[in-house]
Amino acid sequence: MKRQSKQSLQNMLAEYEAVTSPNVIHQLEQLAAPLKGAKVLHINSTKEGGGVAEILHKLIPLKQALGIDADWEIINGNQEFYQCTKGFHNALQGMNQSISEKLLRNYEKTNKENAERLNSKLKDADFVFIHDPQPAPLLKLTPKRRGKWIWRFHIDASKPYRNVWKYLREWIIPYDASIFSLPEFAQPLPHPQYIIAPSIDPLSEKNCPLPEHEIDNVFSEFNLDPELPLITQVSRYDRFKDPVGVIEAYKLASKLTPLQLVLAGGGASDDPEGEAVLNEVKQASNGAPNIHVLLLPADANRTINALQRASDIVLQKSIREGFGLTVSEAMWKGKPVIGGDTGGIRLQVIDHYTGFLVRTPEGAALRTRYLLHRRDKLEEMGMRAKRFVRENFLITRHIREYLTLMVGLTSGDDERINVGKS
Amino acid sequence: MTNATGDVQKKLPFAVKDCALITIATGIKVQNLKEFAVALKDVPLGSIYHHFWGRLLRALFDEPEYNNDFASWASRGLHDKSLAEHLSMVIPTDYKDLEGLRQEMVEVVEQHLDESEYVPWAKADQQFHFLKSQIVIFDTGLRYDHPAELVSQIKKLSTGSIYYHFIDARNRTEERHDDFSSWLNGFDGDEFNELTRNLCGMDPYFSSLKEIRLNVSNIFQKFLKKGEQ
Repeated sequence: MKRQSKQSLQNMLAEYEAVTSPNVIHQLEQLAAPLKGAKVLHINSTKEGGGVAEILHKLIPLKQALGIDADWEIINGNQEFYQCTKGFHNALQGMNQSISEKLLRNYEKTNKENAERLNSKLKDADFVFIHDPQPAPLLKLTPKRRGKWIWRFHIDASKPYRNVWKYLREWIIPYDASIFSLPEFAQPLPHPQYIIAPSIDPLSEKNCPLPEHEIDNVFSEFNLDPELPLITQVSRYDRFKDPVGVIEAYKLASKLTPLQLVLAGGGASDDPEGEAVLNEVKQASNGAPNIHVLLLPADANRTINALQRASDIVLQKSIREGFGLTVSEAMWKGKPVIGGDTGGIRLQVIDHYTGFLVRTPEGAALRTRYLLHRRDKLEEMGMRAKRFVRENFLITRHIREYLTLMVGLTSGDDERINVGKS
Repeated sequence: MTNATGDVQKKLPFAVKDCALITIATGIKVQNLKEFAVALKDVPLGSIYHHFWGRLLRALFDEPEYNNDFASWASRGLHDKSLAEHLSMVIPTDYKDLEGLRQEMVEVVEQHLDESEYVPWAKADQQFHFLKSQIVIFDTGLRYDHPAELVSQIKKLSTGSIYYHFIDARNRTEERHDDFSSWLNGFDGDEFNELTRNLCGMDPYFSSLKEIRLNVSNIFQKFLKKGEQ
């Protein structure tokens, strides 16, 4: 990853200070002081698309701005590798899915090749953060490592398919620690399991304030009716996000309340199933004029920002969800969210306060109709949602927890750790 | 006067510290009240601390109905309002230490089980997960010799500092109250007795750390203004 100049990193801290407060940044600087110069390496499987890449794009420069020598590498693989890791992804989220021996051997071979390619960085790092199962074997394949290795798991693994978890667990056991987004996702492992929720970046193109005209433009760009209420779900075309259920909810709600639906998603380079799901979605929408199925490029961040801001309500009707960054994104823009009653969505959507938690398309339709008829509630929930994200789900909180974890890991098992001046 | 960590000593300046807390899973989860009672006896004391106090530094909606995680689970997970009410009235500072607090919690739960016709249980996805935390404490370098110097700075303190001096102190100090009060008690005479009384009289259980910061600041301001008149 290209490093920014010292001045630009300092300016970035000042910008975060403006969005949060001076003592938020001051606290980060003090927490980072004992970690100054530490070599920290993050590894995942894609630079574009999906929440992990999005977080790392900002987490790395923020760590650098705080004096940490942070770096980011990705693991490269062929189509079979991604087929295998998508299988892991589905199985860990509870799908009964077996993975062939051939795919598993290819997974191991790919990791071996990547371990050789990244060897010097892996063995020299003080902290290595391995994101998700794709690069999990790198630890065992780096015998001469010296740093602390942390496995960061981003998906909802509360009820994993046992056979696949049994295979993966062997790669995870030797790590020094693991991180899960929610306590419900933690698995029996012989090392500390930290609980850290993901976050959004308030300064990114996806979340920064936009001029009114840019928001209005989405209506003409995507042939939307500016007079009709707009509900939107932004997410990859993935069955766990239940885009077909969203269409069903729209159809039920629109019988009594005129409205339009946007399903906006892109592909991630590590997701080979996206196209098939997109076809299912197109089939379900059956050319209905007020259902807009958009396939956006990975860098369409401002467009997504504008779509979320143009919406009256944002949906995230997932049936499994590690966290659901799009929920916090929408809440940050003052929108109430109707979300699936699952995983990380429960952490963000406080039922009846910042939105509604639903289990069925009928539930989503009911809450959509309610909010569109009770504009006062819609506004009130939107305001609460924004405040809730400001206090809990911005990247400054996320990095504070990463720093606390790193200080904690280097200080042993003590529950109370004193650092700095006395 | 010296507290457990030696932070506040007689006539020494008030040393502002800050802290950050990270949550760690204990791996212990329970589905019903009987399992809960058994687990409560075995979980690390840090878990008791976390579910009473640590929640203030976690993602928490600003109007919590109950003041500890155990009571919240009794209500939302077990749908047992009377247990939730009993558990929410267990005041941690009434007990000498966390072990004493644990014993009282066990008493309340076991008595409730004795009185129940069946064992309250939670749905499969509403288990109680016992958590604990690791707290990193650092010195901000800020020192104040007199309350008049401190008063203008309170509003600028981070929520981590407020947590450390106003919440964590209750678990850490012999007096079982906040660090500000311990510091004020170290001054000669009774000049600050009223201020100390007001600080000790604050109920921190239903407020966010930002609200606590504002209340502490207001108490200091009001007292010092009165002194000027």
